[in-house]
Amino acid sequence: MENHKIVVVPCSGIGKSLGTVGRVATYKVIERMKPKKTRTVCLALLTMGDDDALKLVRENPCIAVDGCPAQCSKKNIEASMGKLVHSIIVTEVLRKNRSLKPEGVIELNDQGDKLAEIIAKDLSKKADEILHKEK
Amino acid sequence: MTLATGKVGIICCSGEDLPEGTISRVATRLVLEKLRPDQTVTLCLPLFLAGGEDERAFARVFPTISVDGCSKKCAEAATEKFSGKPVATILVSEVMKKYPHLKAKSRERLKPQEMKLATKVAEEIAKKVDEILCKTPKK
Repeated sequence: MENHKIVVVPCSGIGKSLGTVGRVATYKVIERMKPKKTRTVCLALLTMGDDDALKLVRENPCIAVDGCPAQCSKKNIEASMGKLVHSIIVTEVLRKNRSLKPEGVIELNDQGDKLAEIIAKDLSKKADEILHKEK
Repeated sequence: MTLATGKVGIICCSGEDLPEGTISRVATRLVLEKLRPDQTVTLCLPLFLAGGEDERAFARVFPTISVDGCSKKCAEAATEKFSGKPVATILVSEVMKKYPHLKAKSRERLKPQEMKLATKVAEEIAKKVDEILCKTPKK
């Protein structure tokens, strides 16, 4: 597992702010919290069956980050025969943090960013657990 | 998804791995929220695969514009494969060639220069929307 990275795949959700929350949480993890242990892939590229994207999700542990219960990311990783090891749904995290009211798709409001931070910390912790288990 | 006529569907790639994917996403939202709010609708691209018949019918109900970040053109290809051929296509990397001073580097939060680029892309999308609606007979 030394050369492997965890692939964090947000859902691309563009209709509501929760898709952006998942996307921002992903960037917090792959760019700031765990840049050496994680990366992402374009979900649309995976959906279209790109060879490199398929290889990436089949050879590395994947975490799906979905904005809504449609779970497009999880379903597309599974349909691609990817190594799905964990998935989160932003609406479920929001249910546990009811005081937060995320808004905005172009740019998240502060509460949306706070929710993304909570999710990112959770993803970061999960990434450590997964890599520890696979050592 | 609400089915309606007289509107244009915009499908962007939202490519998570590239700054151009974020530009495609923000440009699309700028059109939906600010430039042509009453004439446009969108759909999450992966819903074409994960979704049901309503989602798959999207491009059969609406004339569509695909907005892609890179030359892999996932939005264009996915729309055509799962729903119907887009009426118009926009490629962010092509638009960028017209504005070499505007660079795309951020994936998470766009900086002012990148927001200018997203606005330029949004303006090109809006122009295509107008062209399509002028050509489409009103139902």
